[in-house]
Amino acid sequence: MGLELPKYPEMEEDQVFNFTDSEIVSHVKQALASVLSGDNNSYNQLVGVMHHSKHLAPDEVALLETTLKALAGAVSSIDITYHDSLLSAIFCMSMWNYGPHVADALAELIVSLAISNGKYLDLCLGMLVSNFTPPPYFLDKLKMPHGLERKGQVLSRVHAAFKKIADYVPLAPLRLLTIVLQGMPTIYHKDRAIVIYVENMLKLESGEIGELVGSTILMAVVDRLIELDVEIGWDAILQDDFSKGIFEMELEDVDDIEESAEPDVGEFRLSRKSLAGNSIAELLDNLLVLTFEHLESCEREGRLAKVFETLLQSFQVTVLSAYKSKFAQFVMFYACALDPENCGMRFATMLADLFVQDSQPQPTRMSAVSYLASYLSRAKFLAASSISSMLKRLVDWCLEYCEAHDGDINPNAHRVFYAGCQAIMYVLCFRMKVFVDVPRLKSELLIPLEQVLKHKLNPLKVCLPSVVEEFLRQAKAASLFTVCKTFIFDGLLESELSRAFGGLERLDTFFPFDPCLLKKCDSFIRPMFVFWSMVKPTYNDAFDDDDDDDGSSDDDLVQDFVNENEDIMNDEFGKSLDEQGVDMDDFDYALKKMSITPKATSNYKFGGRFQEPARMPSRIRPSTSPESL
Amino acid sequence: MEGLSVADANLVMYLHPSKSRNVSQSILRELGSLLFKFNETFDGVLLAYDVNILDKQAKILSGVHPYFGLRLKANLLLFSPKPDMLLEGKVVKLSQESIHVIVLGFSSAIITAENIRGEFKYRTKDKEELFASKSHKRHVIKVGTMIRFLVKSFDEEILHIIGSLISAHTGSIRWLDRHLEEDSEFDRSFSKLKSFI
Repeated sequence: MGLELPKYPEMEEDQVFNFTDSEIVSHVKQALASVLSGDNNSYNQLVGVMHHSKHLAPDEVALLETTLKALAGAVSSIDITYHDSLLSAIFCMSMWNYGPHVADALAELIVSLAISNGKYLDLCLGMLVSNFTPPPYFLDKLKMPHGLERKGQVLSRVHAAFKKIADYVPLAPLRLLTIVLQGMPTIYHKDRAIVIYVENMLKLESGEIGELVGSTILMAVVDRLIELDVEIGWDAILQDDFSKGIFEMELEDVDDIEESAEPDVGEFRLSRKSLAGNSIAELLDNLLVLTFEHLESCEREGRLAKVFETLLQSFQVTVLSAYKSKFAQFVMFYACALDPENCGMRFATMLADLFVQDSQPQPTRMSAVSYLASYLSRAKFLAASSISSMLKRLVDWCLEYCEAHDGDINPNAHRVFYAGCQAIMYVLCFRMKVFVDVPRLKSELLIPLEQVLKHKLNPLKVCLPSVVEEFLRQAKAASLFTVCKTFIFDGLLESELSRAFGGLERLDTFFPFDPCLLKKCDSFIRPMFVFWSMVKPTYNDAFDDDDDDDGSSDDDLVQDFVNENEDIMNDEFGKSLDEQGVDMDDFDYALKKMSITPKATSNYKFGGRFQEPARMPSRIRPSTSPESL
Repeated sequence: MEGLSVADANLVMYLHPSKSRNVSQSILRELGSLLFKFNETFDGVLLAYDVNILDKQAKILSGVHPYFGLRLKANLLLFSPKPDMLLEGKVVKLSQESIHVIVLGFSSAIITAENIRGEFKYRTKDKEELFASKSHKRHVIKVGTMIRFLVKSFDEEILHIIGSLISAHTGSIRWLDRHLEEDSEFDRSFSKLKSFI
C-alpha cells in the first residue's frame, strides 16, 4: 500500500517519503484544482512528468507510473479546458515507448478517463487506436524478438482496454468503429503501417466486441485489398500480349525455368518475376496472408460460416464489381477451401444465382460466370457432385436460352449466353475425366450440352478458340460427341468473335482464379489448387497403356487407370486436403524432375510443353504408379 | 422511471430512387439508422419504432435526383432524460471516486463522489467495494445494485448522463421501495395513534 518515492517535485530532495495511494491521489487532485485559482506550479510539474518519455531512468519510470495511477484516481477533477495541456500530453503518449507497468497504468488512466465523461470518450478511443501502430522508429524492430514481445504487450493492453470501456459505456463500440475506419492508413503511407493496423482490425473482429463491429471491419479490409489490387496494373503482370495459350506455363514451373533462364522455353504469359520488386504487390501479399490466417482462426473457433456471409456480401459489392480483380478474390477461395461443404457450395450457388438473374446487369452476370468457371475448375476441394450440379444448372440455362432464341450467330446480342457456354467448356477441360465414367452424368449433362453446342447460335465459333479447341479435343478423345464441322483455330487464343462477345472489358479472357502470383499467398493456396499440369486430359489415356512395367493386360490397364485417377476419385469421397494436395504436388514435381521431356516444338498451346510427346515410352521413363516410387 | 415516452409521429421520409425496388426494407433501414442516436426533431433518443405506410402513392421531388417522399405514421419509443428527472440503472463499477451505472442497457451514467450524499460511506467488505448508508444499515449500493438517481446533465452525442445521489429519494431501489412502504405504514399508524391522544 505504501509507495516509496525517491524524488517528488516539491519535496525536499534529501528526504525519502512513504505515501499511501490515496495521499498521492489527493495531492494530484490539489495540483489540478489549483489551476482554477491560478497557481500552475504543481500542475506544470505534472505535465512535465507526462512529457518525459525517452531514455527514462528507473526512478523516472516509477515516477511516471505513480503519476499515471494517481491521475486515474483523480479523473473527476480533470477539466477539459483548464487542463488541456495535461490531456494533450496524455493523448500523445505511445505505449510502445514504455515497459509493461507503465503501459498498464496508462491503459488504466485512459479507461478511467473514457468512462468518466462523454467528452473524453472519442479522444480516448482515438488514442488507443493510434497505439495500433508503433512510432516510426519502432517499425523496423517489429521483426525482432524484442519488438515482437513489445507488440504483444501493447496490443493485448489496447484490446483489453476496448473491452473494459465497452463494458461501462455500451455505445462505445459504435464510436470505435467510426474512429478505426477513419484512422486506416492509406495505401500510400510509406511506413507500411497498414499491415499492423489491419492486424489490429482483424483482432477486433475476433475479439470480445467482435459481434458488434466485426462485419463492418471485414468489409473495410476487403475494400482496402481491392484498392491495392487495382493499383497493380495488368501490364505489370503480363509480359506479352495475348498470343499464347492460356493453359501454357503455369507457375509451378516458374522456379525451374528461372534457373535455366532460357527465353524460348516458353513465353511467360503471367510473370511472377516482374512483380518481384513491386512494393504494392508485397503489401497486398502481406495483407492477404493476414486475412488467410484470420480465416483459419475463425474456422478453428467455429465462426467461419458467419464470417463467410459478410465476405460474400463484400465480394458482391466490392470484388465482383471491380474491374478484373487480380488477387483479392483468393480470400473467397481460401475461405471456401476451409469449409467446402458449406462455404464452398454457398459461393458457387451465389455466383450461379447471379448469372441466371435477368435483372442483373450484363457485365455482372458475365463476370459472375467467369468466376464460377474458374472456381469450379481450380478448386481441388470441391466434390464432383457439387461441380456436376453447378454445371447442370449452367447447361440447363443455356439450353433454355437456345430454345427461346432462334437467331443466328451474334456475339453482341447474346453475350451472356456465350459467356455461359465458354464457362461450361472451360470447366469441362479441367474436369472431363470425372464425368466421362459416370453414365448418369453423361446423359444429364452432356446430351443437353451437345444440343446447345450444335445450335444455330454456334457458341463453338464464338467462344475463345483455345478453350474450344482443347474442349473438342478432349471430347473427341472421350467419344462424347462429334462435331460435324471442323474448326481451324491455328492455335489462336482469341478471335474477333470472342473479342466481340467479351466486349470492352474483355470478359472472354477473364479467368480470375488463375494461379496466384503473390508468393506468400500462393503457398497458402497451392495445396488446394488445381494446376493445369495436374489435370489428366482424356486424350492422354492412349499413353496410359505403357505405364505399367509388366506390360499391358486389360486388368492392369484398369488398375493403372484407377491408380492414375485415385486422387480424382478420392476427391469425390472427400478426403482431407492435406493428404491430397501435398501428395499430388510433390508427386507432380517429382515426376517432372525425372522425366526427360524435350522442349516444346509442337504447335499445341494448350498444356504447353507438357503436351506430346509428354509421355515417353515406359522402358525409359520411370513408372508413375505410386508403389514403384 | 421518468424520461421514457411513446410518441405518435407523422413522418415524411424521402428515399433515393434506387431504393424504389424494395420500399419497405428501405424504410426500416432508414429508421434503423436512427436508433440509439439522439434526434433533435424527436427531442430524444429513438429506442424502438413501429411504422405504417399511410399512402401507397408518393410525391416525387423535382431536382437532380428525383427523391420521392413517403408519408408514414409511426409509433416511437423515445428516451429523453432532462435535469432533475429520476432514472434507474444498474451499477457496473464502483470506486471511492465514482459510481458507474448503465441505464436501459445502452446509456452510461456516472455519479462522482461529490454528488453522493454524505450519508453514504465508501467501504470495502470482503474485498467487495460498496457504499453503505450510515443511518440505515440495510441500505447498501454495490456492483449489480439497481439504483435510482437524479439527472444532472445529459450529453446528447455520447448519451452519457451525469447523475447525483444527493436527494433523499435516490439510492438502492429495493431499499427505497421497501422503506417508503414502511414509512407510509408507520405514518398511518402514527397518525391513528395521534388521533387517539
